[in-house]
Amino acid sequence: MSAILVQIPGLFTTVQDLGREGFGPIGVSASGAADPVSLRIGNRLVGNPQGAAGLEMTLVGGAFAFEQAAVIAVTGADFGPSLDGIPVAMWTSIEIHKGQTVTLGPSRSGARAYLCIQGGIDVEPFLGSASTHVLSGLGGFEGRPLRRGDRLELGAADSLFHKGLLSPKVLESLQPRKLIRVTGGPQSDWFPNSSWKTLCESTFRVAEQSNRMGIRLEGPAIPLDPSREMITEGVSLGAIQVPPSGQPIILFVEQQTTGGYPKIANVISADLHSVGQLRPRDAIRFERIEMSEARSLLIHQEELMASKELFQE
Amino acid sequence: MRQEKMRHAAAGAAQFRAASDQSLLISFGQHITLDSHQRVLKLLHLLQAEPIEGLRNLHPAYCSLLIKFDPLRLDHDQVQSRLVPYLARLGKTPLPAPQQVEIPVCYGGEFGPNLSEVAAMHGMTPAQAVELHSSPIYIVYFLGFAPGFAYLGGLPEALASPRLETPRAKVPQGSVGIGGNQTGVYPFATPGGWRLIGRTPVAMFRRQQDPMNLLQIGDHVRFRPISKEEFAEFSSR
Repeated sequence: MSAILVQIPGLFTTVQDLGREGFGPIGVSASGAADPVSLRIGNRLVGNPQGAAGLEMTLVGGAFAFEQAAVIAVTGADFGPSLDGIPVAMWTSIEIHKGQTVTLGPSRSGARAYLCIQGGIDVEPFLGSASTHVLSGLGGFEGRPLRRGDRLELGAADSLFHKGLLSPKVLESLQPRKLIRVTGGPQSDWFPNSSWKTLCESTFRVAEQSNRMGIRLEGPAIPLDPSREMITEGVSLGAIQVPPSGQPIILFVEQQTTGGYPKIANVISADLHSVGQLRPRDAIRFERIEMSEARSLLIHQEELMASKELFQE
Repeated sequence: MRQEKMRHAAAGAAQFRAASDQSLLISFGQHITLDSHQRVLKLLHLLQAEPIEGLRNLHPAYCSLLIKFDPLRLDHDQVQSRLVPYLARLGKTPLPAPQQVEIPVCYGGEFGPNLSEVAAMHGMTPAQAVELHSSPIYIVYFLGFAPGFAYLGGLPEALASPRLETPRAKVPQGSVGIGGNQTGVYPFATPGGWRLIGRTPVAMFRRQQDPMNLLQIGDHVRFRPISKEEFAEFSSR
């Protein structure tokens, strides 16, 4: 069976697919790629089903030696990918010869880069998904970020596939945003107008302690009505919760499934992949839109992902 | 704009709120009661037994259920109208029979570094605190936060203790803690702010078993004090 060898693991590299849905009743969140749009496109560029498992690198990439010939694609943020030291393009299918090494360096833009390989990374699924759930040490490769010397097996490759390149127009329209659009959250009406004003008219900075569980933001405190008592309830992906400090936290892919802080707003589905590309110290702003608009934006994004014009031969 | 997320339903006392563009929150009142818990449990079981097409995930809690759906197939109104017949059946739906689960706990010492302080807070000896903690039958209200983490109802008021001011970066797996009026077992070594009074050698989340979680929603739980020797014996099994 063909495999890749981890020569340099990178800062925080995990096996991810599109996550496991349906296990909220036992406290297991969906997990999955922080930027699923990039993973899906990368998989399609190598002829995989769009939910195949790839490598998600964070801020600093790694080096991976191929024991066999393969087809790969590098998507997501630009970590300066190279093949045996020679720079290679992103968002396109690349043929790799046996013994070659793919290396990604520090991020030049965005937080996460994806390495997708024809056949996908073959790990034992946990609750139906290859995603690593780091907090519980479950899923992915031994439930943890990769280390030097790890050997990852690859799935069987589909020989019938066409090399492609993502259309520059599509790439442009899927660019991660720094103006994140939100709808109301379940406790929106607990917050006075001044809270909404603070949320939508201030600039927030992504804190260093941000990770796949949550993006902590630093900025002006969001006023909160202290008389309200919250009962722990289920929390949705992208919920913007406001703890007593007033510094908001965006609950992210490896989120806790329930929480006890009120949620003023929720990131729209179409902008979740942008959240996955936020780096510590990035400055972001929020814009509130209607639920119907959030839905239209997602439908538009999915139409784009399904369109014939997505790839150029 | 406010109206879009406030969705008062005719079906019982259930209240619907849009939580995000792909989720809907159903609440049964604003208080933790056995009645609201049982309605959450019944609705969860009905939805698991007779799934609605397009629903992706369910997040039960004390008196609410968060429903995640595929926003490309359904919108909030459609989810709500599909739920109405389910809600109408709750009164006639029997509760699933609860398991009776005994969890052995070695209290105090290195396993329960906050036991003495919790006891002192309430003017009792550590032994009295252990006796009080291990006497009631607790009900599993829901699993949440982390895989297999059970929120238990029924902690004697005399043991309610504030959370630590600075949460621990890593709580050892199996730790039994008290946070406010809640008690529970940490299934994994995770960060946590509860005061630790003991530890169980029993795994709360077993990857190789079906079901993976030891405790199910609605289960009845009792803690049984064990010695350090019994703990060691359990762990070596």
